[in-house]
Formats: sequence, C-alpha cells, structure tokens
Amino acid sequence: MKKKVALRIIISVILFAVIFFALQRLLTPKYMTESKEGAMIQEYYQNAGDNDVVFITDCEVYENFSPVTLWKEYGIPSVIRGSAQQMIWQSYYLLEETFRYESPSVVVFNVLTMTYDSTESVGDQSKMEAYNRMTLDGMRWSKSKVSSINASMTKEEKEKSGIWSYIFPILRYHDRWNDLKEEDFRCFFKQDQVTDNGYLMQVKINPVKDEYPRIPLVSYQFGDICYEYLDKIRLLCKEHNCQLVLVKAPSLSPIWYDEYEMQILDYAKAHDLLYINCLEHLDEIGIDWDKDTYDQGLHLNVYGAEKLTVYFGHILKEECQLADRRTDPALSEKWTRKTRLYDQRKERMEKERDQGTDIQP
Amino acid sequence: MESELREILEEIRPDINFDAETQLIDGGILDSFDIVTLVAEINARLDIAIPAEELIPENFNSAEALLRLLERLDEE
Amino acid sequence: MSFASITFFVFLGILIILYYALPHKIQWVLLLAASYVFYLFAGWRYLPFLIFTTISTYLGTYYISRNAEASKAYLEREKDRLSKEDKKAYRARTKKRSRIALILVLAVNIAILFFCKALLVDPFLSIAKGNATLSFLTLGLPMGMSFYMFQSLGYLIDVYRDKAKALKNPFKLALFVSFFPQLVQGPISQFTELEESLFSEHAFDRAQIAFGLQRMLWGFFKKMVVADRIAVAVQALRAEEYRGFAFFILTIFFAIQLYADFSGGIDIAIGIAQILGVKLPENFNRPYFSKNIADFWRRWHITLFQWMKRYIFYPISVSKPMLNLSLKGRKKFGRFGMRIPVYIGTFLTWMGTGIWHGFHWHFILWGFLNCIFIVVSEELTPAYEKFHSCASFSNKKGYDIFQIIRTFLLMNLIQITDLFPRLSEYFGKVASLTYVFNFHILWDGTMTKLGLTGTDYIILLCGVVLMFAVSLIQRKGSVREQMLKIPRVIRYGILFVMIFAVILLGSYGIGYDASAFIYNQF
Repeated sequence: MKKKVALRIIISVILFAVIFFALQRLLTPKYMTESKEGAMIQEYYQNAGDNDVVFITDCEVYENFSPVTLWKEYGIPSVIRGSAQQMIWQSYYLLEETFRYESPSVVVFNVLTMTYDSTESVGDQSKMEAYNRMTLDGMRWSKSKVSSINASMTKEEKEKSGIWSYIFPILRYHDRWNDLKEEDFRCFFKQDQVTDNGYLMQVKINPVKDEYPRIPLVSYQFGDICYEYLDKIRLLCKEHNCQLVLVKAPSLSPIWYDEYEMQILDYAKAHDLLYINCLEHLDEIGIDWDKDTYDQGLHLNVYGAEKLTVYFGHILKEECQLADRRTDPALSEKWTRKTRLYDQRKERMEKERDQGTDIQP
Repeated sequence: MESELREILEEIRPDINFDAETQLIDGGILDSFDIVTLVAEINARLDIAIPAEELIPENFNSAEALLRLLERLDEE
Repeated sequence: MSFASITFFVFLGILIILYYALPHKIQWVLLLAASYVFYLFAGWRYLPFLIFTTISTYLGTYYISRNAEASKAYLEREKDRLSKEDKKAYRARTKKRSRIALILVLAVNIAILFFCKALLVDPFLSIAKGNATLSFLTLGLPMGMSFYMFQSLGYLIDVYRDKAKALKNPFKLALFVSFFPQLVQGPISQFTELEESLFSEHAFDRAQIAFGLQRMLWGFFKKMVVADRIAVAVQALRAEEYRGFAFFILTIFFAIQLYADFSGGIDIAIGIAQILGVKLPENFNRPYFSKNIADFWRRWHITLFQWMKRYIFYPISVSKPMLNLSLKGRKKFGRFGMRIPVYIGTFLTWMGTGIWHGFHWHFILWGFLNCIFIVVSEELTPAYEKFHSCASFSNKKGYDIFQIIRTFLLMNLIQITDLFPRLSEYFGKVASLTYVFNFHILWDGTMTKLGLTGTDYIILLCGVVLMFAVSLIQRKGSVREQMLKIPRVIRYGILFVMIFAVILLGSYGIGYDASAFIYNQF
C-alpha cells in the first residue's frame, strides 16, 4: 500500500515536471526571426573554445566586427559575446563565464558602454526589462548568471518576481500562449544559428543623411559603477593573462563626445591599455557612409563590418602578437565550415534584399 | 416560567415547533433580530435580564436550553 | 510576502517539512516563529503595533483571570460566613475591577486602530497629513491590523465574560494573535474555535495536506485567473463617462472581482492552515445565493459579522437602557416599539462596520444602506409572506430564483459604493440607471476598450461558470470529498489542469499590475 502511494506520488511529480518544463520551453521566446539579438547569448556555447579574441558589449561590437573576416584575413579565431543594450556589469559576468569556457589572449571592450551607469540611464524600463531577458535568459546557470541577474534587474522586476522569473522563465512568459509562433514549435528542441560566431549580419544599405546634432549634456562624467566594473574587467583579464583592448566602434550615433574620449584616454594611459577610437580612422578604414551602413550610421552593414574588421585585425595582429592559426588543421576545418555558412548567409540575404522578400530591417 | 416562555416563543415565531427543534441557532432558524426581541420580551414579562455574554448558540438552540439558562439567571 | 509568490511557496515548503519532521511538541512554537518571519517580510516597522496588541491583551487577560480566580477562591473560603447579599456585593466589586482592566485595554487598542486608520491610511480625517514630517505617517496601515486587533479584543472580552480561558503562556497568545494564514485578510477567528487545533500536536496526515493544497489551488484560481483579470476592466469602468448600462456592467464585474478575490484569499488562508492541521472558520457560504440582504450578511465575511454581533450588536441591544427603552416603547407603540433596541443596535453595528473599513463617507453610506435595507426587509417580511401565500401564480422555485437575483442586484448597488469615494458621483451613476440606456456598448466595441481582449472574456466566462458550478456542487457537501469518488486518473487530470490554468492564465508578473488583495488595507 505504502509502496503504491509512493509510486503514485513519484509518477505524478515526474509527469508534472515534464509538462511544466515542456510548457516553459514552448513559451520562452526563441528569437529566430524577430529580435534575433535574444538568441545570441545562448548561441555562444556552440562557438565556445579555442578563440583567441573575445569581443564583449553591445551592438557596437556584434554589428560591426565579423569574426569570419578576421579568420579569413588573419587566421585569428574569435567570438563575439554581444547582446542588445548589454550593461557593463553584464559584460563583466559574461566575461567571467567566458573564461571558464576558453582562454583568449585578447578581450575587446567597446567603450560606449561606459555611458550607461544604471538601468534608468537606458530610458524606458519595460524595454530595459526586455533587454535584460535577452542578455540573461540565454546564459547557462552559474554563479556568474546569478550575480548578473541580481545586478541587472529593474526596480519593477525586483518588486514583482525577483530572480524567480529567471529560474522559471514560465513565470515571465506565461501569457505568451496567446501569440505562439511557428518557430516556437519548430525550434522546440534545437534552435537555428542566427549569427556567425556572434556577428549579426545585415546586408541592407541605408546611407547617412544628415549630421547628428551634438546636443550638449549636463554631465559627461562616466558613472562610478562603470569605472568599478571596468576595473573589475581589467583585473579579470590580468588574472587570466589576457590583454584588454578598448575600442570605440565607428558609429555616428549615439554621439561620442570629446569629454568621453578624454576620460577613456586617461584611463587607457593610467593602466597602459591599447585604445583605438575607430571614429578617428574612418578614412584609413575606408568607411563610405553612403554604402556601409544599414541604418544611417548607427551601425555598419556587412560591407562596412568587413572593412572595419580588416583594419582592426591588422592592429590586433601587430599590437597583440596574435599568431596566424590557419596552419592548425582541426581549427582550419572548423572555420572553413563557418566561412561557408557565412558566405551562404550573405548570398541568401543579398538575394532576399534584392527581391524584397526579406523581413528583417 | 416554562409556560410563559413557551407563550413568548410562540408569539415571536408561531411557525416553529419549539418542542422538536434543537438547532434553533446553528440551524439558522432564529436570527439575531428574533433573539434580541426574545430577550426584550423575557425582560418585560419574566423580569429576567439576559446579559450579552449569554447570547451564545448553546443557550438558545432549544427551548429547553433557554429554560435552563433562565433558571440559572433567576437563581443568581 | 504575498501568498501568490514563489518566495511564499518556498517559505511554506520549509515550514511544512520542519513542522512534521521536528518533534510535534514544538509545532506551535514553529508556527509562532513562522508567523513573525512572515510579518517581518511586511516590514519590521509594523512589528511594534503587533507586539503591543499582544502584550496588552496578555496583561488584560492575565489580570482579569487572576482577579476572577482570587474572587472565586475567596468566596469558596468564606462561603459559610458571608450572606447572599455580601457575596453578591463582593462579586460586583471584583467584576468592576475586571471591567476597568477590560475597558482600559480595549480603549488603548481601539484608539491605536482609529489613529492608524485615520492618520496612516486615510487622508480624509488627517489634519497632520499636510505638514507631516514624521516618516511613520506615510507608513500605511500595519498589515492585517484590523484583523488581528479584532481577534485579540474578541478574545479579551471572552475572557472577561468567562467564556474563554486566559492563556498562561504569553507566546501562545502571540501565536493566536499573529497566526500568519489569517493575518492578511482574515478570517477573524474566535479563540474557543481556534485554540484546540492551534496549540495541539498534529500528526502528518496525507489526506488533510492534499485537501489543504487543493483548497489553496482553488483560491489561487479564483484570485489570479478571475479576480486579477477582471480588475483591469473594473478600474476602466469607474471612469466618469461610463453611466447607465455601463454602470450596471460595472456592478456585475465588481461583484465578480470582489467575491473571487476575497473568497479566493480566504480559501488560500484556510488551505494553508489545513495543511498545518489548524482549522480556521469559514468566511463565506455561497453568498450570492442569498434570498435577502440579512441572509447575505450571514453568508459573506461571516467571521466579521459574527464578531460584530457578539461584541457590538448584542451588548448594545440587550443593555439595560435598551431594555428599558423597549419596555417603554412597547407600552406606547406595541410590537414595533418593542423592537426599537434592535434597530438602534443594528444601526450602530453597521456604522461601526462601515468605519472599520475606513474613515470615509462612502463606507458610512455603505453601512447605512445595508442597515436600511435589512430593517425594511425585516419589517416587510410579514407582508411578503402574506402576499406570497395569497398569490396563487407563484411557484416556489421561481420565487426563490427571483429573490436570489433581486438580492444579488441590490447587494451590488451597495457594494459598489466602495469604488466611489465621492458620494455625488455614486448617486449620479445610480440615477443614470433610470435614464441612460446605452445597451449598445455590448456590441459597439466598448467592451474591448476596457483592457480586456476577447480571449480574456472567454477565460473570465469559463472561470465564472466554474465558480458557479462549484457552488452548486457545494450544496451537496465538500467538493473535495465528492471528488474522491471519481476515478483517480480523472481527478489527477482535473488538478493538473487547474494548476496549469493558474500558471498560464493567471494574471501576474511583469506587464501586469497584480492588485494587492483588496481587503489588505482594511
């Protein structure tokens, strides 16, 4: 009798868990066609290992640097751990996690992130919450993830469900049953690759029209918390014998003010870091704002990104003494596959663009 | 006292057979209005004041219980 | 810590394990500790109020019982020496001392309750509000204060009346005052009802725990799927422009929300207690099946109205002055005059209940309306019955249904005062029922502009139908016990569906402002 009861309880619990987790998986957004940025963080795990360079931070890296180009031109294997509106503490914890998966020689950090010092500084809090989900949901469970969640939650998130809705995403997405899409079922077990080693390809061309106004700000001072985390990132790199490189991607907006530049120059000098402001090398890079951007200069398209990567790769090779690893057969094979996928993607997207059948902006 | 009580009860609720009912309160037959009316009547006719703390179901569930209560109060 | 949070489930899970794993002797201690942890989550600043009520109640009951014992012992010792008159006088003297203690403790606690209600919650009477610099003035009403206060004071009066024994152990009293399932929104327990199961040892009882969990599940369903969902539309319909038929819809929606929310919260509270082996009193008895307003108030928020009856209505209506008044009235006006105390008692009780809800004219109006309807319907009962017996066309069942619907609609008009602190607005809306016939709102798209989609309405409809069905089944006894009769697979299936209905269809989390339990602030 007792055995029977125990058996019944076990079966019920298992059945419950299966339904619960299946529903949770079904309801969690897959980000396959819309806001693909949400899929990037979890895609990393397929590309982890054996990368010499890791890019962190937000769209200024994942739209502007192309790892496949870096491999093609210089034989440098790299990966981007980017996500939309990645806050500096999220970059730190992602990096902390990355070091558990591989030992890169160089970490590239884009400095625009220094201008966001709180979830409020981003503006619309419900949007910020969505960005949080896109950066955090994809991470595998670890101490880094827990710390990142605790550092990232908006006020509303803390009040409403706290970390529980990250532990059980169904608590966040429970009412999505009403707008499930085909991809939710198709990608139930396995998701498509939406990036090329973290690079989110764009093929559209939308030239820069007017100059972006340089509206004076009340304060240009980076927040204390940003410096705190930049220090942490620097020390973390040091600890792992890895060179930290600061970069400012060539985006025309948001405006990169001179006051910002001064602070970064000071910081780089004080800590003996390599810093490259790409905005000052536009001619050398060869950016043509009529052709190389898909959104009027906010981000580069694939043509701009390839140019930038060629330029930047040269600096990495020279300044950081990165070896050409195309001689490594295993690595070479892996990257040949990646290159093929990249070329196919580019070709397909260009075709879609020309036929006007693409959905993505 | 018993006959007088019976008279009062029947005046207030002629529709109830007080000999048989043992759930006057718990069964929801007498409501609080009836009880207060009853207390006032008993006070007027028998000159026994039932204090508020005795207004509990155990004392009012049946005519018999009520009679016992009255006898006890009369003694004190 | 809201009941509808994972944190609470973790808390409850740990408590249940400890509760049945540790020696059963300390179960009540564990409950006390858990209650205080629960209360601390609401904010440590509220704690002094709770502790004060506990200590003052303890001192009051302690003194009263000591006094009574001493008096009894004295009378016993001297029973041969004293005459009957001496004994009576002595008893009166000691009773007087007890009464002073009683009044003192009552007065201080009620003063605190009034002070908190007037100053901390409601700006209506708060003169201090304009220039309030004290931070505690913005504190809000300490959680559950109205509930634990009433429970403690009821106990104090019971001890004074010698209907309950005084607890020797102050920590046991602390548990009675703070027992966490009922802290949020009741029910208000009577000491004699609760004491046995609260302090006794409970063996692990799988059936009871399953029942408790099922009761909680049903409460969450009512609250999260129905009440919290319809809350959006209720808020929207309060707006100035919704009059006439739209106002009528509002009264129906509000009736659904109020019942689903409040009775759901009570289901959760009773369910939690049942898991812990503690039996809390029921607070609802299918109130929307009442046949008149007095009947309704015997079936809605039962424990509050029991309390009011025991400690306010009866003491007033059978007090000496009232009885004398009754005698005089009887001589002058006959049967009606005799009932004057009943009416005065009713009136004062309803005013008290109104004020208990908050210092606002609309609560007073609410009490007043209830009082009027109850008295009028009481006076008209003989006439009704006469009419009913004469009318040959009436059939019993049809008349019952008519009464139920009439009471439901009338009650809705009274309950809806809760939403309109400005009385003129309330009366304006009620008046509009007679001349604004905007039935077109049902099909002209207005209904989908209230924050609810078509799917929401379907879910609500299913929820309400389910609640109605459960009420009908309840007439034959406990739904959970009846469920035991159906095959196990189907029963488990039903429970699974209910759990996932709450998870998927519940209105909670980001993007949705889960309304705090409506009764929380009272």
